[in-house]
Amino acid sequence: MAYSDKVIDHYQNPKNVGTLDKSKNNVGTGLVGAPECGDVMRLQIEVDEESGLIKDAKFKTFGCGSAIASSSLATEWLKGKTVDQALAIDNMDIVEELNLPPVKIHCSVLAEDAIKAAINDYRVKNGLPELTLEQKPH
Amino acid sequence: MPIYLDNNATTPMDPRVLEAMLPYFVENFGNAASRNHSFGWVAEEAVDYAREQVAKLINADPKEIIFTSGATEADNLAIKGVYEMYASKGNHIITATTEHKAVLDTCKHIEKTGGKVTYLEVKPDGLVDLAELEAAITPETILIAIMYGNNEIGVIQPVREISAIARKHGVLFFTDATQAVGKVPVDVQKDGIDLMAFSAHKMYGPKDVGALYVRRKNPRVKVTAQMDGGGHERGMRSGTLNVPGIVGFGKACELCMNEMESEAKRLSIMRDRLESALMELEEAYVNGNREHRLPHTANISFKYVEGEGLMMGFNKDIAVSSGSACTSASLEPSYVLKALGLGDDLAHSSLRFGLGRFTTDEQIDYTINAVKNTVLKLREMSPLWEMYKEGVDIDAIEWAHH
Repeated sequence: MAYSDKVIDHYQNPKNVGTLDKSKNNVGTGLVGAPECGDVMRLQIEVDEESGLIKDAKFKTFGCGSAIASSSLATEWLKGKTVDQALAIDNMDIVEELNLPPVKIHCSVLAEDAIKAAINDYRVKNGLPELTLEQKPH
Repeated sequence: MPIYLDNNATTPMDPRVLEAMLPYFVENFGNAASRNHSFGWVAEEAVDYAREQVAKLINADPKEIIFTSGATEADNLAIKGVYEMYASKGNHIITATTEHKAVLDTCKHIEKTGGKVTYLEVKPDGLVDLAELEAAITPETILIAIMYGNNEIGVIQPVREISAIARKHGVLFFTDATQAVGKVPVDVQKDGIDLMAFSAHKMYGPKDVGALYVRRKNPRVKVTAQMDGGGHERGMRSGTLNVPGIVGFGKACELCMNEMESEAKRLSIMRDRLESALMELEEAYVNGNREHRLPHTANISFKYVEGEGLMMGFNKDIAVSSGSACTSASLEPSYVLKALGLGDDLAHSSLRFGLGRFTTDEQIDYTINAVKNTVLKLREMSPLWEMYKEGVDIDAIEWAHH
């Protein structure tokens, strides 16, 4: 199975690899997946408290090239969005953008889960109720 | 040309093999079973000669070689054939969990038809426990099916000890020696093998041709044919013989006979060099017994890096194989590595290097460099690596399984 050019590009030049200070109140951290399943994603957002916009996003991923590309793309998309706009990112948008084959759709689901987990972490830290999220099949 | 280090999957054909095969496509196209004209005679002579070349490599009699389409067919013929032929004696087969799918799935088929199969667990180094093997034998046991060298980790089973146990209890011993024949000395007499499957394309010969060795003396072994037809191959495998393929198989065996010893030395030196260089990385683990091992195989887990992601770092230039199965819907990593007791995380993090006749020192240098760099790069990107470095106990985290 050959990878799409976009997956290869994100794999070779991943955007926003790194770690944000998770002790800060305006940083939300999502850690999803499991080592046993072969992929773990940690995605973090930093929200600008004045504007409510996501001013930074970072990721680290243990997984295949598609998982790395999905999380790299997600961090790119997150920057500059409001938290509510970020919630609207759908895994199928990632599938489409990266041209993921059916066996790799779970990578995009994981990225969406990671976004939502990060947002929930941010919400809880800031006294907002946790959102109940629909479970998409992996 | 990319570097090919997946010789356990298949080997490139040796040009000398191709040369031997070429006259048997257009000029000497005869059917080896045509007994009454020169076209048939030429083909039959070529097959007879190849049968001698194949037999010689494993110290068998040429009459004991049954040509098949490959090792999968030979595995099926051996196991199903013995099960049917010796039905009056018993219906129990002993095998191991690390066998090739061609053996395991054939055994599962036998279970469906009412047979009993014991799947022995292996020790953490991949070797079969001989005491457990002997304890599993019952009065109903007719066959022990244990592979010679493992395709994923290269571990070589104690074949002579296993055959001695089989003999002691009057049980037949079958071995899938696909990865071993032509790589290490395999001697059906000294090793006490009753039936043995092997394949041309794993030893620089063509695909779609292999053989089942079936012992003719002490004891005389018989298998029930699994294909009905013209009664070729002493009635055990019908079907017009693949003459060019068989000629190539014979030539491949002859080359292995002459070159195996020096080749094994050369490959094990290169393999060890590759392995020790990669083991300089932190948290790298060799899978399987390192002493009883095929000379050309290394299976290494690079913890906190996922195998498929790792391969992507260099798969334009280097072909290897991974124990990770992120592409399959099941997400299940290699069952062989799991049988060694490896956690799924280590199994997902493994690479298999299979060196071969045409592997060069320069290629090994390049590979060491590329793998090391990619492991380091991906660890910088791995949340698990970061946790490990911070002293977080990853096993204590409650991961959401999906």
